[in-house]
Amino acid sequence: MTTALAPAGHGLLAAARVVAAADGRGGTALPVLDGGGPFALRRLRSAGHEARVCLVGAMSAPLGGDALALSADVGDGAALHFSTTAATIALPGRTGAPATYDVRIRVGDGAVLRWLPEPLISARGGELRMTTVVELAPTARLVFREEQILGRAGEPPGRLTARLTVRRDGRSLYDQELSYGPGVPGWDGGAVLGGHRAAGQLLVVDPAFAARPPEARALGPTAVVAPLAGPAVVVSAVARDGLELRTLLENGRSGVDFGIQHDTDIAVQQ
Amino acid sequence: MSATTASAAPAGRTGGLAALLVLADGRLPAGGHAHSGGAEAAVKAGRITDGRTLEEFCRGRLHTAGLAAAALAAAAAAGLDPLALDDAADARTPAPALRATARRLGRQLMRAARATWPSDALDALAAARPRGAHQPVVLGLTARSAGLGPLDAAYAAVYESVSGPASAAVRLLSLDPFDATAVLARLAPAMDAVAERAADAARRAGVEGPDALPACSAPLLDITAELHASWPVRLFAS
Repeated sequence: MTTALAPAGHGLLAAARVVAAADGRGGTALPVLDGGGPFALRRLRSAGHEARVCLVGAMSAPLGGDALALSADVGDGAALHFSTTAATIALPGRTGAPATYDVRIRVGDGAVLRWLPEPLISARGGELRMTTVVELAPTARLVFREEQILGRAGEPPGRLTARLTVRRDGRSLYDQELSYGPGVPGWDGGAVLGGHRAAGQLLVVDPAFAARPPEARALGPTAVVAPLAGPAVVVSAVARDGLELRTLLENGRSGVDFGIQHDTDIAVQQ
Repeated sequence: MSATTASAAPAGRTGGLAALLVLADGRLPAGGHAHSGGAEAAVKAGRITDGRTLEEFCRGRLHTAGLAAAALAAAAAAGLDPLALDDAADARTPAPALRATARRLGRQLMRAARATWPSDALDALAAARPRGAHQPVVLGLTARSAGLGPLDAAYAAVYESVSGPASAAVRLLSLDPFDATAVLARLAPAMDAVAERAADAARRAGVEGPDALPACSAPLLDITAELHASWPVRLFAS
């Protein structure tokens, strides 16, 4: 765990780490569950084979200038479900410097990760660069949700750049960078968001798709299920708000997720 | 390009600037005229209605799909492995309709390129991807075969990323062609900046590999491309 106040002019430096490992008895152990500063990680009641971890927002972050890092390592044969208790809100800092949030995820052979955090809200005046890299072993399975809400209710958004790179067996499977907000050319025009204030993607990677690829399908005028050039499918949507976005992503997920129970409000045991 | 002279050609260019005009000409028989770059779906949804909304559409496309395509083209022109770039293009194109379009356009450009600027590198890519490589990769390799450099290839891709939607809007909206051309002229400084960024990224990718290329994306372009592909009647193929 590292939490520190960086030199003057910078914000908070904080890191959190989760390691999940098969416990040899058909379950998943969490040998490392480590977080500081704004990160408080809680273990929830397991659901069968799957260990469940929830990130509890312990303070307001990221603020401009903060550098946050989160890593998750799901060992061979382990199963991890990751959620958060509340939305992450990117707020302005005192210096005008951007915040960074780096997420690094590794999923081993035969392992399963469900990464289902609450949305990221880009608040007025905030500036955040988020970078997520997921490394999957050839037989790993993944459900990964990312939702971005542009501004709190009725406010203009801050500036947000989020890149999501998913590599499978060392090769890029999915690589997308989204940029919205003040100073980003054309972000609210008809090619990018066209006036929508919520955007999201839900990615499902399953080696079984190699034999049975899911079909592309429309979920409405602003959402589709799209098979990738590999054993994976992405549900992409834009919407007026977070609620409508979640509904679209869950509709898309219902046809392509590889079983296990539906993810909804699981009480946090603190 | 204004500073370019015969005695001070940009890095990587062995041919002349005229080759770039031939490559970037909309009359090059490579099938691009049949595609609207997402403009047809945006017009139908009411997101492009006039010159102003066309400009915002083109500005967004230029800085997302345009930058990603230009960087791939620049990297191919710089001599990076076209098959690795083709894989990088797949990872940057989540919509299957757009992957199919990119490969169809790549195949059509390949045919024109091998007739115009034949090279072993084009033959090798055509043999390795008989159903077509992603169009920006073929474009970059074509530029290389024509003696052009990475920045030239980036310019061709960048211009194409906005000229297609602009000329489609003229047909779809009965927009005054002068207005559409004025949109392109207003975007010219942004096109310069994006082409430079693409060429810089290609240089970085030469050292760090294709993952260093930009992956900028536009959700509505991806989503509406899938919907558009299922329309029973449409004016443009994409």
